[in-house]
Amino acid sequence: MAQAMTAALDHVLAIDPAAVLLGEDVGLSGGVFRVTDGLQAKHGVERVIDTPVAESGIVGAAFGMAVAGLHPVAEIQFLGFAYPAFDQVVSHVSRIRNRSQHRFTAPLVIRIPYGAGIGAAEHHSESTEALFAHTPGLKVVIPSTPADAAGLLITAVADPDPVVFLEPIRSYRRVRGEVAEPPTSVPFGEAAVRRPGTDLTLISYGAMMPDVLDAADQLAAEGVEAEVIDLRTLVPLDLETVLESVSGTGRVVIVQEGHRTCGFAAELAASIQEHALYSLEAPVARVTGWDTVVPLRRAEHQYVPSVARIMAAAQAAMAGV
Amino acid sequence: MLEILQPDGSLAGEAPFSVDETKRLYAAMVSARTYDTKGTALQKQGRLATYASFEGQEAAQVGGVSALRADDWVVATYRDAAAMWMQGYPWANLFLGRTGDERGGSPPEGVNVLPPSITVGAHMIHAVGLAWGENHLGRDRVAMTFFGDGATSEGDFHEAMNFAGVFHTPVVFLCQNNQYAISTPRHRQTASETIAQKADAYGMPGLQVDGNDLFAVGAAAAEAVTRARAGGGPTLIEAVTFRVGPHTTADDPGRYRDESEEVEWRQRDPIDRVRRYLEAAGEWTAEWNAQLEAAASAEIEVAIGQAEALEPLGPGEIFDAMFETKTPQLDRQRGILMGGPDE
Repeated sequence: MAQAMTAALDHVLAIDPAAVLLGEDVGLSGGVFRVTDGLQAKHGVERVIDTPVAESGIVGAAFGMAVAGLHPVAEIQFLGFAYPAFDQVVSHVSRIRNRSQHRFTAPLVIRIPYGAGIGAAEHHSESTEALFAHTPGLKVVIPSTPADAAGLLITAVADPDPVVFLEPIRSYRRVRGEVAEPPTSVPFGEAAVRRPGTDLTLISYGAMMPDVLDAADQLAAEGVEAEVIDLRTLVPLDLETVLESVSGTGRVVIVQEGHRTCGFAAELAASIQEHALYSLEAPVARVTGWDTVVPLRRAEHQYVPSVARIMAAAQAAMAGV
Repeated sequence: MLEILQPDGSLAGEAPFSVDETKRLYAAMVSARTYDTKGTALQKQGRLATYASFEGQEAAQVGGVSALRADDWVVATYRDAAAMWMQGYPWANLFLGRTGDERGGSPPEGVNVLPPSITVGAHMIHAVGLAWGENHLGRDRVAMTFFGDGATSEGDFHEAMNFAGVFHTPVVFLCQNNQYAISTPRHRQTASETIAQKADAYGMPGLQVDGNDLFAVGAAAAEAVTRARAGGGPTLIEAVTFRVGPHTTADDPGRYRDESEEVEWRQRDPIDRVRRYLEAAGEWTAEWNAQLEAAASAEIEVAIGQAEALEPLGPGEIFDAMFETKTPQLDRQRGILMGGPDE
């Protein structure tokens, strides 16, 4: 997936003279996860900019650049390091269009690796996408495949509004797949049905998708055909695809790595019961991280939803409980 | 501290402006004072939400912007209406914002002034990004950002100054050190002897000027803007001034400072000293002044009329500027607000 994103950024820099990349270590070193590898050498230090270690400054400067007419792609190294920039995102980036009634806009992309799975130190495993989805004025994108990562990134840079682009850390190297050259753009607000099925709807996004697909395979072996939906973008949300599937299956399990309370699964569960209550044969189930700090490496497995937990929730939904 | 125009109207250095230019800037300060007085009065009549007076800071704002070209950027705060107006932001927009209407934040096309920052300190880095972006796009526009002594305590001040220094962006930081952040005095914001000296740590020049001295601020701003446009990088200017009025119309300075301070600073009024200077040169008459005040008052009454004549945002229009194109979720919510079913 990381290579697909590098190709997408390379493509964007080649076709959009207003595009610039900035962040900590994005230039010479190619970024913590090497997503910007080689891009400074190819496109120059003026367009692939190594910045001071200052997240608020990176996002605030990118905001100004965007208002001036550039299309900045800012990188924050880990979601747990994005909180110093949160004020810029919530108070300014997401609001300038409304504050100025379309007169000024900030078409920037903030790329942030997120999620557990690499056993790094505290703050390196966050999955707090709900904070951004809760913030009016932001688009929130979370790809799960290389083609989507590249295609959604191209769409994000061209989008007239600010985009928070969350990249699943454990998928960077692990998730592989074909990507067109140059990558084909993928529209926002269109969920992907990764697997058709008639018995149960499994909904997830980003880093949890490989485990959800594994669970669907195991369910199939038990004779349960699960339809698997990858939301791809939380804002805008393709509720239509979700409701269409739910109206066919009547049973839903939502899988999210983020904390349980006020997580995106809660919003989705509420929307499903608002619009499709009479299709439901079982309560809408959630498989989530817990309301704990994400545990460090040795206990991390207790936190991140496992295939076993997804299976258990699916089996309960099939039993109608 | 750079001082040119003394409180008695005499010169302690070379005037940076011709007599005609001085008269133009004097007229601008009279307009700004008129707006400010009317702003406070309108709030007391319940026609504005809160109002933040900048009385006494007219020279810092008018003098600062006097150095800018019409297409340069101004990134300022809720107390910087004079600076914003000097750079083209209409009085009507400023009033409209104060009535509590988002459309106040939409100045005409071509006016490169962001709507005022309401939170303290986060906007300075925006000026850095704007200046950087303009430079990247091959334009020689400069960005000037206005903030107070209180804002220098925010972490974002450090990040903005640091980025500007490292990337040598064409930005001018104009701090109006008006001695108080609501009730907190300047000495509680920083143990630095001056705010200007903070520039040293970021590798940029820092200039401390008498902020009630139109000539000193104007000269310092011209130097900083010229340097920035020529590729010489950023500058920090500390304009030492005083917030003669309350923080906002919701504030009572009697709770935290002695009135004698206000009385003392009124003796150093920025408008009075330009008047004395022009009068000594035979360029000021009471009649001309009355004309200026009448013209400013009429212009500002028109602006108030324009702001108040605008109907509030119509039903559902609060959804219209969240994105370029509304998301399905916003469409649905708008439908509910408009009385439709939640479907």
